[in-house]
Amino acid sequence: MQRVPCLIWMSAAVVLTAMTGCHQERTIAAAAGDAGSGTVRGELTITGSSTMAPLVAEIARRFMARHPAVRIDVQSGGSGKGIQDVRSGIADIGMSSRALQAVESDLEVFPVAVDGVALIVHRSNPVSELTPEQVVAIFTGKIRNWSAIGGPDQPISVVHKAEGRATLEVFLTHFQLRNPDVRPDVIVGDNEHAVRTVAGAPGAIGYVSIGTATADVQSGVPIRLLPLDGIPADCEAVAAGRFPMSRPLILVVRHDRRPLTDVFLRFCRSEQVDDIITAQYFVPAAR
Amino acid sequence: MSEGGAFSRPGARFDRILGAVVWLAAGGIAAVLIWITGDTLQRGLSEVDIAFLTTEPTDAGRRGGIVSVVVSTLMILAVTLTAAVPLALGTAVFLADVSARWSAAAAVVRWSLDVLAAVPSIVFGLFGNALFCVVLGLGYSILSGGLTLACMVLPVMIRTAEQALRSVPAELRMNAAALGLRRTARLWHIEFPAAVPGMAAGLVLGIGRALAETAALIFTAGYATRMPTSVMDSGRALSVHVYELAMNVPMGDRRAAATATILMILVLCITSAASSLLHRRRIFRRSEA
Amino acid sequence: MTAAAISTVTLFVVVLFLIREAFPALTSPGLHRFLTDESWHPLSNRFRMTPMAAATAATTLGALVLAVPVGVASAVFVRFYAPAAAGRAFRGLLELMAGIPSVVFGLWGLLVLVPLLAGHGHSGQHLLAAICVLALMILPVVALSAAAALNAVPESLLVAAAALGLSRPSVALRIALPAARRGIAAGILLALSRALGETMAVVMVAGNVVQFPDSLTRPVRTLTGNLALELGYAGPAHRSVLFASALMLMLAAAVSVSLARVVEGRPDE
Repeated sequence: MQRVPCLIWMSAAVVLTAMTGCHQERTIAAAAGDAGSGTVRGELTITGSSTMAPLVAEIARRFMARHPAVRIDVQSGGSGKGIQDVRSGIADIGMSSRALQAVESDLEVFPVAVDGVALIVHRSNPVSELTPEQVVAIFTGKIRNWSAIGGPDQPISVVHKAEGRATLEVFLTHFQLRNPDVRPDVIVGDNEHAVRTVAGAPGAIGYVSIGTATADVQSGVPIRLLPLDGIPADCEAVAAGRFPMSRPLILVVRHDRRPLTDVFLRFCRSEQVDDIITAQYFVPAAR
Repeated sequence: MSEGGAFSRPGARFDRILGAVVWLAAGGIAAVLIWITGDTLQRGLSEVDIAFLTTEPTDAGRRGGIVSVVVSTLMILAVTLTAAVPLALGTAVFLADVSARWSAAAAVVRWSLDVLAAVPSIVFGLFGNALFCVVLGLGYSILSGGLTLACMVLPVMIRTAEQALRSVPAELRMNAAALGLRRTARLWHIEFPAAVPGMAAGLVLGIGRALAETAALIFTAGYATRMPTSVMDSGRALSVHVYELAMNVPMGDRRAAATATILMILVLCITSAASSLLHRRRIFRRSEA
Repeated sequence: MTAAAISTVTLFVVVLFLIREAFPALTSPGLHRFLTDESWHPLSNRFRMTPMAAATAATTLGALVLAVPVGVASAVFVRFYAPAAAGRAFRGLLELMAGIPSVVFGLWGLLVLVPLLAGHGHSGQHLLAAICVLALMILPVVALSAAAALNAVPESLLVAAAALGLSRPSVALRIALPAARRGIAAGILLALSRALGETMAVVMVAGNVVQFPDSLTRPVRTLTGNLALELGYAGPAHRSVLFASALMLMLAAAVSVSLARVVEGRPDE
């Protein structure tokens, strides 16, 4: 009875398996090619941080334009995923927007760019700057209304990030907070999620990547970046190394990597990609 | 059945009330749907032009078009349907037509399918990543993505196909059996044609779910926006592109809405094509019999 | 037979995979910690999952309460009340709705619905917003499978009922719906599973604070939302705990499916 569908299914499986076979041969051929010859060729897989994926994908596009025999696949999925994929050998390079944990110290780190983290409020909020003590008081739930710090009579809605996120780590470390002490009203995921949440709630306060926030302010999203310790939250301050709250965007690799990986890493750390990094609203890392 | 005159008078008031209720329900759904799509169209339609449909994305999707993403999406869907439809039909036949000897097995199958339907899509993504990308060595590819989605849409396709087969009138089956038709012939000529509308609903739900999936595809079919040349290439699906532009790329929301517009048009085309194909077959069979 | 076996094996492979990934967490913090710890802060060694389990139950049930009556009513509309063209158009709408990516629902929820729901003291991202978005997402599942089930009720049965003098509502409610109940139940079960498993859209509107859902305007985090928020960034130990939570979710699905079976009675004949 089910013989007909089964037959179709099996023949499909056979065809697909055959295709797989072809592909593996191609990979082996490519891998053999980059051993001795002068031209750069082969395939690279890069996975990890969703913050970095658009940036590295653009860098890879330019690299491939210069070296047509190279194929680079950039995959997203989060810093943790990138680190795990490199350790297990599925990926050649991992992207991470958080620092490595102690158990992950078997990997080598190459900073590519720097990203500042700034506090944001709704554009209509008149509060111009917060002291570190006020920020801590707000995020631990001791101050619940903007009127307590010279603002309008409006409840404060604390927009926080999910545990493990890179921006959260940067934020907690800077203000020396412990995550269990934070009393959030909303928890968000990606940067744009935080921006949209704050833009939709006049009483909200959150923290996001400066690059993301700057781009959104330019396109008319009703948010405002708060200065920190008197230093304005913009890309110039981050580039000059003056802004106190920032994180490195890093590429991680194993010690036993292929030569092609090194060629690409050198490219990522050269001036040839500065314009791409700036266009994605990040700051090139110090060399 | 839509002619109210076929029914007797006394229920007329009740009829009007129920009529109002169901018109309200349907109207409400239509209104919300128009609200959602209208909102998306309003933000996205100005970005859609010929160039958008015929070029590949650049600058993280902020410039260029989506042609490679559309092609990847169609390839993923093709893999999914190739794997899932025969499996779903086979399983549905087993479940609907099962002999008493196998009823315990059928219960297990049915139960496991219902549980499978509740697995969060992100878990399917990680599972597909571990099984197809790593263990089977397919890597981040359209094939991995399609097969992962096939696992995901199996429950909905099987359950609707089973219901459709089950509701084929028993007399029809018995008559066919009495005429000496073998089981295969009976299935192919009597039960499948009679069950086609129900199966079409399942197919449409399955296609919809596959095209709408984001989380599972990020980990399996991947994120590359290059034009795919085979099912072994990594390819970004439309829904992944929408998510990426909306949640991860600053100033990407107009492009996200534009991509969502194209995705909805695609869904509309594919599902209406699928259901009209199936319905035509049914009519043909009926007039033949 | 073979096909059925493959379909079933899929489930067991998925479960085995989850157990393998969750194993370290099941042995080292241990299952009881998921129930007894004081909060969910996995990086500070606190693993309480019960508020998220409760939130998952609340969003799922809430979505069903909204979606099932509306979905079934709209299926009755298609079968008994709609002029032929309107019925076809409406089915087309439902099919379109089934194919809208959860991200689009989520975005609409975040940009349109949440500001509408925002009130004094809360941001509009809360349990109610999640329920609304989920209900919209499962509506086409309920409505399309109910419509298919109603369509499959033999015409002769309905004509006979009408000939006996039953009015249209009586035929619809007393004859057609009971005759189609198994198909409708299957659709509801699918919708339930879909609501349990939905990830992206819920994350975008639920507020995601880990706490018990004791009011409709409370931000809550579901188990799936937790996976989506934290899995991509988790280190090895954290990751294992998250897989344990996915396993719990499947357990919840298994229990609710079995319960539904018991309530529904024997599915066969």
